[in-house]
Amino acid sequence: MAASAPPALELTKVSKHYGGSPPVVALDEVSVAVDPGEMVAVVGPSGSGKSTMLNMMGSLDRPTSGSVSIEGIDTTELDDDRLTALRGRRIGFVFQRFFLLAGVSATDNVANGLLYTGTPLAKRRQAATASLEQVGLGHRLEHVPSELSGGETQRVAVARALVHNPALILADEPTGNLDSRSSAAVMALFQKLNEQGRTIVIITHDPAIAESLPRQIRVLDGRVEHDSRTARTVLS
Amino acid sequence: MDQAYEHRPDDVDAMAPSRLRVPDIVRVATTGMQARKARAALSVLGIAIGIASLVGVLGLSESSKSDLIDQLDALGTDLLTITPGQGFGAGDGSLPDTATQMIDRVPTVTEVATVADLPIDVYRNDLIPAEQTGALTVRATDPDLLATLNGGIAEGSFLGEAGSIYPTATLGSVAAERLGVSDLEDQPVVLVGEEWVQVVGVLEPFPLAPDLDRSVFIGHNAAVDHLLDGDDVAASSIYVRVDPQYLAATRDILPATADPENPEEVEVTRPSDVIEAQAAAESAFTSLFLGLGLVALVVGGIGIANVMVIGVIERRGEIGLRRAIGATRRHIRIQFLAESLLMGLVGGMVGVGLGCAATAAYAASQQWRVIIPPVAIGGGMLAALLIGGIAGLYPAMRASRLAPTEALRAD
Repeated sequence: MAASAPPALELTKVSKHYGGSPPVVALDEVSVAVDPGEMVAVVGPSGSGKSTMLNMMGSLDRPTSGSVSIEGIDTTELDDDRLTALRGRRIGFVFQRFFLLAGVSATDNVANGLLYTGTPLAKRRQAATASLEQVGLGHRLEHVPSELSGGETQRVAVARALVHNPALILADEPTGNLDSRSSAAVMALFQKLNEQGRTIVIITHDPAIAESLPRQIRVLDGRVEHDSRTARTVLS
Repeated sequence: MDQAYEHRPDDVDAMAPSRLRVPDIVRVATTGMQARKARAALSVLGIAIGIASLVGVLGLSESSKSDLIDQLDALGTDLLTITPGQGFGAGDGSLPDTATQMIDRVPTVTEVATVADLPIDVYRNDLIPAEQTGALTVRATDPDLLATLNGGIAEGSFLGEAGSIYPTATLGSVAAERLGVSDLEDQPVVLVGEEWVQVVGVLEPFPLAPDLDRSVFIGHNAAVDHLLDGDDVAASSIYVRVDPQYLAATRDILPATADPENPEEVEVTRPSDVIEAQAAAESAFTSLFLGLGLVALVVGGIGIANVMVIGVIERRGEIGLRRAIGATRRHIRIQFLAESLLMGLVGGMVGVGLGCAATAAYAASQQWRVIIPPVAIGGGMLAALLIGGIAGLYPAMRASRLAPTEALRAD
C-alpha cells in the first residue's frame, strides 16, 4: 500500500441527530479512519449507534455535522445522485436480511449488483458467474433463494456485493440470521476477500466474531468507546 | 479460483452517474409482478374489464349502427308520407281526391303511390264471426306502391295483372299470416266484405311502413267498381319519393299541394326518422354503458394504485437494496411507474381482446357486420396506459422518497 493512499474510510467529527424533542443523538462527534486493506469489526449493543455508523460509512445517510470521506472523496458536497453513484460503484453492501429477490436465480440476483452501472445483461451475468464461483457457489448458479440454505443465501449476497469489484465491503450483521457453521463459512469468505486486499468493515454484536478480526471498534451511546488500533479506551 | 484482488481506481470514474438501460427498465418493472403473480393478475383484471366494456360498447354500437345505416341506405331517407291530420280544423279528415295528381306534378317528386283504407273487413272464410277482424285493413292502392316503398314480393305478384278489372288480393306479411295463407299453390281465397277474392300475392314486410303489413291490398279501380259499388274513396295516405337534394323544400310545399284549402290539416312525416330515432336511442344506451365502462376503468386504476402502494410498503427492503447498489431516486420512480404502466398495458391488451371477442360474438349472433372502430382499440390501449400511469404516480413517488436507511432497517 503506497503511503500516499488516502484512507478507505474516514469519519471526521461525525454527529447524527434524529428529530424529536429532545433530539436523539445517535452519533456524537465520532472520528474514525479505516485504511485500505484493513478488516474491522464494529461492535456494540443494540441502540449504541453502530448501525448509524455503518449508514454514515456507506453514505446511505448524511451526518448532521462532520464529514465522511470514501477513498479520499469528501461526500459532504455531493448531491444525492452523485452520492448514490459513489456508493453503487465503490462499496459492496452485505445485509443481515440478505435482500435477494425471491424467484430470481442466484446469477441474476448477483448480476443485479451491476444493474445501475449501465452494463448490458450478458456482461452482468458473466461477472455474476465469476463472482459466484469466487464465493464457492459455482454449482448453484440457477438456484432461486428459496432453494438455498441460509449460509448459501448470504454467500450469494456477498457475491452480489463483489460483482462490481469494490475495494470496500460493508457488512451489517452478516451472520445475524445464520447458524454457527454457516457463520464460520461466511466469515472465512470475508477473511479471504480481505487477504485479496479488500477493506472490510463488519458490524456485529457477536463478541466471538469481533475478536476474530484484527481490529475492533466498540461503540457505546453514540461514541467510540474503544478502538483496538489506537488502544485507546474512552471512559464515559 | 482465488483470484487476487487488484485495486483499479481508474477503471471507472468513482462517481460516474448511475445508469439504467431501457431493456433493464422493462426487466425491473416485471420483478414485482413475478413475485406476486395472483395479485398482479387480479389488479390487471380490473383494468381489463373496464377496457373490455369500453371496446365492447363502442364495437357493438358501431356494428348495430352500421346495421341501421345499411337498412336506411337500402330503404332511403327520401320517402315521405302524407296523411290527413287529426286536427280539429276546417278539414274533414281526408285528403282531397286531387291530392295525388297535384303531388305528382311537383317536379322534385319522383314516385307517388296512394293508399285508401276501405270500410270493409276481411276474413279467412264465412265461418269467422264478424267481430274477429284480425285487426286487418282492406286497402285500395295502385301498382306504384311497391316501387315507391321499395317493397318486395314474397310470392306471386302485386295486384295481379295490371289493369285487372276484377279484384284480386295481395296480402301484407302480417295479413298473410293471420289469414292462414302460406303459399299460393292451392289458389287461396279470402272473404272481402261479401266477395270471395283470390289471393295472387304475398309481400315482404315494409320496413318503412310497418302498418301496411296488416293490409289486404286490392287494385284501386277494381275495389271501386266491385267492392264500393262505384263510389270513389279518398286517399288515406300518400307515399312520395322525393329527389333527396330538395327533400326539405319539397316537404315544405307538400301540405299546400295536397290540400290547398286546408294545408294545416295535412301531416307530412318521414318514416326513416323513426329508424334514426331508434339509432339515437341506442346511442343513448351507448353513452350509459360507456359511462359504466369508465367507472370500471377508474375502479381498476384505483385497484392498481392500491396494489402498488401495498407493494411499496412490502418491498421496502428491495428499494433500500437498490438504493445501496446505485439506484437513484429517479430509477426507483421509473421502476414503479413502469410496473404500473406495464399492468395498464397488459390490462389494456386483455381488455381490447375481450371487448373485440364479445363484439364479434354478439354481432355474429345478430347477423350484423362486425365493426370495431380503430378508435376503440387505440383509445382503449391509451386509456389503459393512462390509468396505469396515473395509478403509479403516487406509489412511485412514495417509493422514491423512501430513505435508503429507512428502507433497509431490520424490522
